Amino acid sequence: MYTREQIEQHIWDYIDGLSTPQEKLMVEKLLHTDPVWRSVHEELTSLHTMINGTDLLEEPSMRFNRNVMEEVSKYKIAPPASSYINKKIIFGIAAFFLVTILGLLGYVFMAFDFSSASGNSTPLINTKDFSFDFSKYFNSTVLNLFLFMDVIAGLLLLDRYLRRKKEKEIGQLHN
Amino acid sequence: MSSARSDMEVISLVLKGDQQAYSELVERYREYVFTLALRFCRNREDAEEVAQDIFIKVYRSLADFKGTSKFSTWLYTITYNTSVTFLRKRKMDTRSIDDEQTFVQLENQESSFGANQMEQKSRVNHVNEAIRQLSADDAQIITLFYKGEQSLEEIGMIMGMEPNTVKVRLHRARHKLKEKLEKDYRSEAI
Repeated sequence: MYTREQIEQHIWDYIDGLSTPQEKLMVEKLLHTDPVWRSVHEELTSLHTMINGTDLLEEPSMRFNRNVMEEVSKYKIAPPASSYINKKIIFGIAAFFLVTILGLLGYVFMAFDFSSASGNSTPLINTKDFSFDFSKYFNSTVLNLFLFMDVIAGLLLLDRYLRRKKEKEIGQLHN
Repeated sequence: MSSARSDMEVISLVLKGDQQAYSELVERYREYVFTLALRFCRNREDAEEVAQDIFIKVYRSLADFKGTSKFSTWLYTITYNTSVTFLRKRKMDTRSIDDEQTFVQLENQESSFGANQMEQKSRVNHVNEAIRQLSADDAQIITLFYKGEQSLEEIGMIMGMEPNTVKVRLHRARHKLKEKLEKDYRSEAI
């Protein structure tokens, strides 16, 4: 047994031509046999026809086209985004991350003690040979916070620099 | 839209430097863009300003149109995004205007037409008014589906939704529209 909402959904799909062939057959069969489906179909079809037959579009003022063309005449078409996105920067960032990841992987493999993989309690990664005491350099919360703020400020400055550069390039192309 | 030149032909002319050819696109889509903007702005002055901005934005970024979708879909995406941004800037309510305050606004607008004219309102006006009372998104979906010749997938692209979500929202919007029209006719019959 279908609820009213389900019947409506099926019939809307049928009207919009979105039903699958099986659904279409089912709806057509029910429209012939079930008076409820038939009445919902009539209701929805009349609404559909009403919306379709209504001019939903509003017209702007008479001066609209002239205003747009006057404004447009002040501008030039900007070059496609792909032409001013500097691929060198993107490749540079990619290279930085690649080198970092490779460096880290290299460090892990070099510290890996393959001879101790037999099951004894010796740790697999020998950290003694590659001991780097971070706490010597990053030992206070304030320092860490300061460094974090530096990184944020650096990223903001880089973003501003790149934006200005891009604006300049677009400006030059327009002039 | 029985123009001899296709959108792509006009665009290639504009890209070659024929700025006046752009007026053909403006003429072709001005009502669509203006109506879609009006669904969000609710007042003609703002909608016209937004529509003008949209056409300038479209002109400036015409070189970015790759032709992978219909020009209208691309144009309506810019229309949707620009209208939403405008609303955010204005901090207006984008949700349903079913609340009392907006009803008062609408009633005030209607009352300016005079009682006699209200009685003579055509069916077209009834539908348009009922659509105006829907939320901006619902009104947008109905306009794009019925007048913008956009498929559910294309509306999904324009509004950043899944086609299935668009389908459900279209059903709901039509359901609300039906209720509003029924209410309208009932109140008129009394």
